[in-house]
Amino acid sequence: MKRILPHPVLAGFLLILWLVLQQSAGLGHILLGGAIAIVASLAAHAVIPEPVTLRRPLKFVQLLVVAGIDIIRSNLAVLSVLLHPRPRPTAGFIEMKLELTNTFGLAILACILTATPGSAWLEYDREKSSVLIHVFDLVDANEWARTIKARYETLLLEVFQ
Amino acid sequence: MIADLPLWLSILVSAGVLAGALLTMAGCLGLVRLRDFYLRIHAPTMGTSMGGGLILLASAIYFTLTQQRLVVHEIAIFLFVTVTTPVTLMLLARATLFRDRAAGFTATGPDAAPKERPEVAD
Amino acid sequence: MSVAILEWSLLVAQVMLGVGMLATLYRMVRGPHAQDRILALDALYVVALLLLVTLGIRTNSQVYFELAMLIGLLGFVGTVALAKFLMRGEVIE
Repeated sequence: MKRILPHPVLAGFLLILWLVLQQSAGLGHILLGGAIAIVASLAAHAVIPEPVTLRRPLKFVQLLVVAGIDIIRSNLAVLSVLLHPRPRPTAGFIEMKLELTNTFGLAILACILTATPGSAWLEYDREKSSVLIHVFDLVDANEWARTIKARYETLLLEVFQ
Repeated sequence: MIADLPLWLSILVSAGVLAGALLTMAGCLGLVRLRDFYLRIHAPTMGTSMGGGLILLASAIYFTLTQQRLVVHEIAIFLFVTVTTPVTLMLLARATLFRDRAAGFTATGPDAAPKERPEVAD
Repeated sequence: MSVAILEWSLLVAQVMLGVGMLATLYRMVRGPHAQDRILALDALYVVALLLLVTLGIRTNSQVYFELAMLIGLLGFVGTVALAKFLMRGEVIE
C-alpha cells in the first residue's frame, strides 16, 4: 500500500480536482482520475520524500472555516480603509517566533496570512524559526502575534505535529 | 442570451457579481492610491480572495440553475487563484526585501525590516 | 424583469472590472520599481480572469471557463518567473 500510494492526501486531492474539472463522477472518470492521481503522487514522491499526514482532519476543516471568516472580515476592514478619501493605514512589520516547524503547516499558514488582505507573509527564517509579517492596519504588534498564535498556530500544531 | 430566472435568484446572482466587482475594483484602485510597495501588496488579495470568490459563486449558482445540473468548475478556478496568488506575492515580497537590503535601505542587522524607501524609479 | 436586472448588474460589474484593469495598467506603466510593475501585472491577470467569468454569465456559455483557467495558470507561472528574475537576475539557475 505504501509503495503504490506514498502520498494518499495528495492523490485524493488530485482525484477530486480531476472529477471537478470533468464535471462528472462516472466510473470511467473515477478510474482515469485515480490512475492519474497514483502516477502523479508517485512522481511527487521523488520530490517530496516525507509524507503529508493530516492527524486530525476535522481540526483542518475548522481551520479552513476560521480562515474564511477572517478573510471576509479583513476584506471589509481593508475596503473601509481604501474607500477613505485619503487612505493612511498604519502599516508595520511584525517579527514573531513560531513553534510550528512542519513544512506543510508553514506553507498553509503562509497561504492563509497572505490571502487575508490585512496581512502578508514576507519571509521565514528557518534557523531562528521566526517570520516577518507585514500588516496593513497595525495597532498593537503583540496582540497581532497573539491572535495569529491562538487562531491558526494551535490548530495547525494539532493537525500536523 | 441570459436565461430567465426567478426574480429573487437573479437578484442574488446580481448582488454577488456586483459586490465581487466592487471589492476587486477597490483593490485595484488601492494599487494606485497606496504609497509604498509593502502597502500595495495587500491590495490585489482583495480581488483574489473575496472579490473573486463572490463572482465565481454567483457564476456557479447561475449555471447550476440554468443547466439543471451541478456546475462546479468555479471551485477549480477559485482554488487555483487563492492558492497561487499568495505564492506569487510571497516570492515578490522576498525579491523586494532582497533588493531593498542590497540597496541598503535596511535598519540594523540583516534581518531587520526595511526602512521607508524613497519613491524613485530604478 | 429579472433578465433586465441581471443584464444591467453584469454590465455595471464589467465596467467596474474595466476600471480596475485601467488602474492596474496605470501602476504597471508608472512603476516606479520593477516589483510594482510585476505586482500590477499579477493583479491584471486576475481581473481579466474575473472579467471572462462575468462574460460567461452574460453570454450564457461555459466556453470561457477553460480560458479563465488558462489565464490563471499562465499568470501564476509568469509572475513566479518574473519574481525569480528580480531575486537573482536570471530565470534558470
